[in-house]
Amino acid sequence: MVTANPELTYNSKIEGDIVVTRVDAAINWVRTNSMWPMPMGLACCAIELMAVAASRFDIARFGAEVMRFSPRQADCMIVAGTVTYKMAPVVRRIYDQMASPKWVIAMGACASSGGMYRSYATLQGVDRIIPVDVYVSGCPPRPEALLDALMKLQGKVKKERSFSKLLSA
Amino acid sequence: MTTDVAITTAVAQQFPSTTPRASLDCPAFNVPAAEALALLQYLRDAQGYDFLMDLTAVDWSAEQSPRFTVVWHLYSSTKHCYVRVAAACPADADPAMPTATGLWAGADWHERETYDMLGIKFTGHPDLRRILMWDGYPYFPLRKEFPLAGLPTEMSDAEINEEIKVGVISAPMAGGPFVATPGEPMSEAEPRAKDEAWNEKKEKPE
Ligand code: SF4
Repeated sequence: MVTANPELTYNSKIEGDIVVTRVDAAINWVRTNSMWPMPMGLACCAIELMAVAASRFDIARFGAEVMRFSPRQADCMIVAGTVTYKMAPVVRRIYDQMASPKWVIAMGACASSGGMYRSYATLQGVDRIIPVDVYVSGCPPRPEALLDALMKLQGKVKKERSFSKLLSA
Repeated sequence: MTTDVAITTAVAQQFPSTTPRASLDCPAFNVPAAEALALLQYLRDAQGYDFLMDLTAVDWSAEQSPRFTVVWHLYSSTKHCYVRVAAACPADADPAMPTATGLWAGADWHERETYDMLGIKFTGHPDLRRILMWDGYPYFPLRKEFPLAGLPTEMSDAEINEEIKVGVISAPMAGGPFVATPGEPMSEAEPRAKDEAWNEKKEKPE
């Protein structure tokens, strides 16, 4: 086979500087290590979310310390707290405004199932209004539990067929 | 807390239409709704009860008439004691009460809350909107006939409703209500269902 540009074929001068990979793996590697969370801090769980970002737990170790308060710049919504019916449409609207691809972590009993608030005012689980990727148990969950959820989510993102999804989107 | 013993006779002389109200703590009066504001103003200006501690209402249930009673709690920052004033709303179906915002600006949010939860309209209120539930919520959650689990209805945002296609649902009360018991070890005291007559596994007896 004859190629017009020999640089694209084997060149002994640049041997060793080329990494061969799959597009999926490359895209997923970028996405997993730069999750920018949208902190949806609605109640007490949000305090634990703050602790996750502080020095003791340091979510920056996972590249996810960039809490964006603008939905356009976030790709991972962390719903931390009690979602009331009054707040629910707002949560959904912010989720809608986030750019794709996006993921959701439901942090704590309230966000996952309404928690102990079996009452007229509380949404019984945020999965009624937005799709959730990882649920974290606890009331509130320990910061380590949220980090674990983040790692679970990273594991999930790593396995995604991101390139074919990009093409079909 | 001291008790203002002279206030009972003073109010009885000034407002013959009031009656004493059974109370375990501070002096309390029943007053006709039409005279409520005059009594509050008298307590504030002539008796030194200058601080509106609380304003709320009682629903005595749909069978009772009068059904709703509005309650004011006043505190005197000079005498350091409290009085309670209660007035029944004349109408049971569409209860109303004159607003106290003219006397205390702080009555504003209390009255909005009372309106939101019990549906009592405060006539003359400058901005009587719901404060806890969303605008357009069709029920009043603290009325006796309203179930703790809530009633199914639409969500506040029509556009979002269209998108997610689930409205407000009744909360699953299996085994509930969930209550905490004070004074126990923490592991025992957390909110849990004390009534296990029915739960997720055992059908609710009708
Ligand atoms: S799960 Fe517990 S700590 Fe978290 S928001 Fe609900 S009540 Fe608060």
